[in-house]
Amino acid sequence: MAKDVTKTYTCIVCPRGCDVTATLDESGGIVSIDGNFCPRGETYVRNELTHPMRQLTSTVAIQGGIYARLPVILSAEIPKEKMTDVMNALKDVSVNSPVNRGDVIISNVCNLGVDVLASRSM
Amino acid sequence: MGVITKDIVIIGGGSAGIAAAVCAYNNGCKDILLLEKDAELGGILLQCIHNGFGLHRFKEELAGPAYAQKWVEMLDATDVEVKTSTTVIHLSADRLITYVNPREGYVTIKAGAVILATGCRERSRGAIATPGFRPSGVWTAGTAQKYINMHGYMVGRRVFILGSGDIGLIMARRMTLEGAKVLGVAEIMPYSNGLPRNIKQCLDDFDIPLYLSHTVTDIKGHDRLSSITISKVDENLNPIQGTETDFDVDTLLMSVGLIPDTALATEAGIKLHPKTKGAVVDEHMMTSVPGIFACGNGLHVHDLVDFVSLEGEEAGLSAAKYVKGELTHDKSLEITAGEGVSYVLPTYIDTKAMEDNTELKLRVGYNARNVRIVLSCGDRQIKEINKLRIAPSEMEKFPISRDELSGCTQNLTISVKEQ
Repeated sequence: MAKDVTKTYTCIVCPRGCDVTATLDESGGIVSIDGNFCPRGETYVRNELTHPMRQLTSTVAIQGGIYARLPVILSAEIPKEKMTDVMNALKDVSVNSPVNRGDVIISNVCNLGVDVLASRSM
Repeated sequence: MGVITKDIVIIGGGSAGIAAAVCAYNNGCKDILLLEKDAELGGILLQCIHNGFGLHRFKEELAGPAYAQKWVEMLDATDVEVKTSTTVIHLSADRLITYVNPREGYVTIKAGAVILATGCRERSRGAIATPGFRPSGVWTAGTAQKYINMHGYMVGRRVFILGSGDIGLIMARRMTLEGAKVLGVAEIMPYSNGLPRNIKQCLDDFDIPLYLSHTVTDIKGHDRLSSITISKVDENLNPIQGTETDFDVDTLLMSVGLIPDTALATEAGIKLHPKTKGAVVDEHMMTSVPGIFACGNGLHVHDLVDFVSLEGEEAGLSAAKYVKGELTHDKSLEITAGEGVSYVLPTYIDTKAMEDNTELKLRVGYNARNVRIVLSCGDRQIKEINKLRIAPSEMEKFPISRDELSGCTQNLTISVKEQ
């Protein structure tokens, strides 16, 4: 008889932090996903099981701004294992003030199909 | 020469103060002054570059600076007067405010109503009396966050973090992404006070160990920090001899709690709450001094900025009513924290002036599942709410209506009970 295994995840999609349980069959296929309050929890756990995705925020250098660093955010989540690559891509970037919130700082960063955007105007 | 007067003066231009200003303005009070000690508005959000802000308000997950900017844009649409780089140095019970700034020098003004939106401060090494040497390299987590995220200075390479509140967890990830090695996070309690999602995405994702029931018991190093010692603690939170572990680190970040900044409230003679360390308020956010209101992290420390903004709006609306003469100061019902509740706000409800609906905000004392939160008036139970899960790290809201309170003449108690 096939034996199911369960894996429990803390959903990171929002501050609610649901405990979501995935039940897997012998070959690792998903039998069921329970415990999530909203559909985003199911998507999160499906991604965790196959290809975990993360948002990444950091800063880049800015010239002529009120501070030395401009906060940046990605236009969409990226595969977890690519976070270091994106951090490296940000290292030597320097922009000039003024910058508007949402301005593209790097487009298609590391060929991931997402952009690095300014989190604020400066 | 007469003293300059303003209908409402708001002290502090972070999320609470900005929301208070916008809301007071939109409720008919046009003569408002907002004072901010920093060079720009936004408060602590400016250094919180991670995302997750504004899920309730804007239905999206913004970075901290983006959340601040959206509010500043709403403020810009009003005629509220803003003075930045302006520090308030005195506040009196009759609402005389003295501030200083580089343009005007030393100025005293009189306010019809004052809103304290002063934010909170980090507890430091001194507050928890960590023994050892006094080398450089020991930081509060928020100070390190400001240096890294706004000024571009990396504060260390081999890091240990004391305290597993959200700031400590967020900084563990941030330091790791910036190339530092974070050797661990110690938490004196048997559970973390951070959000579960932050344990996952800030520690587990980077294989950073969390040492529960542990604290830092020694700090070594002369010019620069060279090592720390952590020890396991017993159920009374006392370190257990023989459980010491050393870590060679150049940096120790302390994330050991936040306390409302009440320097001005204290000077004005405002009564403080023994548990929150902020002001005692009624349901209009009015303190024990008529016409002075308090909100945001300067009143009690919040988990979510959305709730800080909401509370700022409550204070702004109340201050606008006060200057129009629509608010009384009749603290008729007192609410106390009963079993299982560490604090409840407001402390008083003015049953004559209260709106049709209001909300109690409370923090529970322990983690539990399947409980009831019960509001009683003497021996009579007024209302109860079932809760699937409660945690000290999550503020609970308890809605209550004027009808539900009708006939209450004795003081109210709110407690946690088993189902």
